[in-house]
Amino acid sequence: MNARRVRRRVASGVMTGLVALLSLTAVLALVLILGDLVAKGAASLDWDFFTKNPVPAGDTGGGVANAIVGTGIIVGLAALIGLPVGIGTGLFLAEYGGGRLGWLVRFVADVLNGTPSIVIGIFAWTWLVKPMGHFSALAGGAALAVLMIPMIARTTEEMVRLVPHSLREAALALGYPHWRASLRIVARTALGGIVTGCLVAVARVAGETAPLLFTALGNLNFTTSIAQPMQTLSLQVYVYATGPFDEWHRLAWAAALVLMGLVLLLSIIARWVTRQRYGAR
Amino acid sequence: MTTVPIGPVDAAAAPAAAPARTLRLGGGTNRADRLYRAALTTLALMLPALLLALLVELVTNALPALQRFGPSFLWTSVWDPVAGVFGAAPMIFGTLASSALALLVAVPLALGTAIFLTEFAPGWVRRPIALLVELLAAIPSVVYGLWGIFVLIPFLRGHVVPPLKAVLGWTPFFQGVFYGNSLLAGGLILAIMVVPYIAAVAREVLQAVPASQREAALGMGATRWEAVWTAVVPYGRAGLIGAVILGLGRALGETMAVTMLIGNRHDIGFSVFQPAYTMAAAIANEFSEATTDLYLSALFEVGLVLFVITVVVNALARLLIWRVARGTAAGSRAL
Repeated sequence: MNARRVRRRVASGVMTGLVALLSLTAVLALVLILGDLVAKGAASLDWDFFTKNPVPAGDTGGGVANAIVGTGIIVGLAALIGLPVGIGTGLFLAEYGGGRLGWLVRFVADVLNGTPSIVIGIFAWTWLVKPMGHFSALAGGAALAVLMIPMIARTTEEMVRLVPHSLREAALALGYPHWRASLRIVARTALGGIVTGCLVAVARVAGETAPLLFTALGNLNFTTSIAQPMQTLSLQVYVYATGPFDEWHRLAWAAALVLMGLVLLLSIIARWVTRQRYGAR
Repeated sequence: MTTVPIGPVDAAAAPAAAPARTLRLGGGTNRADRLYRAALTTLALMLPALLLALLVELVTNALPALQRFGPSFLWTSVWDPVAGVFGAAPMIFGTLASSALALLVAVPLALGTAIFLTEFAPGWVRRPIALLVELLAAIPSVVYGLWGIFVLIPFLRGHVVPPLKAVLGWTPFFQGVFYGNSLLAGGLILAIMVVPYIAAVAREVLQAVPASQREAALGMGATRWEAVWTAVVPYGRAGLIGAVILGLGRALGETMAVTMLIGNRHDIGFSVFQPAYTMAAAIANEFSEATTDLYLSALFEVGLVLFVITVVVNALARLLIWRVARGTAAGSRAL
């Protein structure tokens, strides 16, 4: 009997160690990737990298100023379109989402959330590139907005639902009309969570490449016109990483490091915003 | 989304839905209130409209190929843009094979991580590890691709492929020359990418298992592992399978990293050392080169097939997760 108990104890200990090891393996992957990004990319981050445009293939030097500005513009466009629609949809789901329409919208948001981003890319192509006859930053921004909307809608709904009902009741009892109670009291209380959801969505689309391949396309030159094809950091990494030149590979690591830094920064701010709100309790 | 940490508020989420209905009584009386409701409804209606437009565009653009090749598009392997003959079997095979390979590696990692974090890890270990695993999901796909090309493939070539060949070289799966860009490289990078998704949902499923399940097992003298393996995991089984299928949905549609690593060859081969192709990679590579209308149409049909597969897979996953977490706040968040 005693030997069996020992064996069961040992088995439990071994399995505990095994699952701990598996977690560490997952973490190790992250550490390795971030480590390699810094090791191979950091040395190339100089003044030229941030302020110059790409030089012709085969030449050395040059930077990704156009891609950094392009990422900002395209992600900004996506947020401009995606945030109002996403937040509005989320408020609708939380306030009036009990009926059949609410069910439909929730279902559609989940379907769109699971749709491969490349499919969204060809959809944006049919609507905004084909009719206009040329690739444009606007089409890229719209494609990213389609990716953002369902994400933001679902987090907004959840955050608004978390607001204690007594707050809304208090506002209504004071004579607030429903819309004012909803916007001034309920949405405002949930603001931290909504901002977090939006930042997470922005961080996710900032790294997207697939939906931009046939919409924003990429551009070797500096442009701020949203009617023109535009470069982004993600497209730049793709082109440079799959190209034949060592110089391109060096720049690809550096651009990937900047992109990763941007995405991490947004993710960390997102966490920090919610911690301020709910973490204190 | 699963990234927002909300612990103690689970109870608040459920009752919030019910009173909203009674409060609506006062809502419709005022003109401003009606306007507010109409505005929100308009915004919300844009989502179904978008999905409808997406479907219509995919189907109408794929129509020429659908009419020309019929269902045989799915199981023929000739992809010849010059002759105008298109069959998607190699990419459908490659999509399924790379995703299967990814799950083979990712499932033990992700479920192990989820079990460790919910059942064993002390608080000071849990928070940083959970955060780091979630950060894996924040890495852009193209960065995974870059890392795969310059770090993972050389590592596989130097340290993984030779021993694999020596031990398992006699099986059909590990034969031939290792090309670098291959099913193996694409599948492994996918595995790393889906781990955080599976782990996050699996954690929520395990957290939704009532404590009484654990306590009963422990009370009957089970060791901690036995309690997890005989009580907690079976209780959450449907949800855990749902988590895995949700990861499958991600893997099927993943584009950039796979395009950069899988080799992009229209070929069905069973050796993981050989290059392959996926549906998403085919669209990414060939869409802007499609010179004829039929070629473009064939790529739209590939997109349509990919869309339908991911919708079905995601719906299945959600159904399974619902079964475990039905009614709990964790359920709504997992979805």
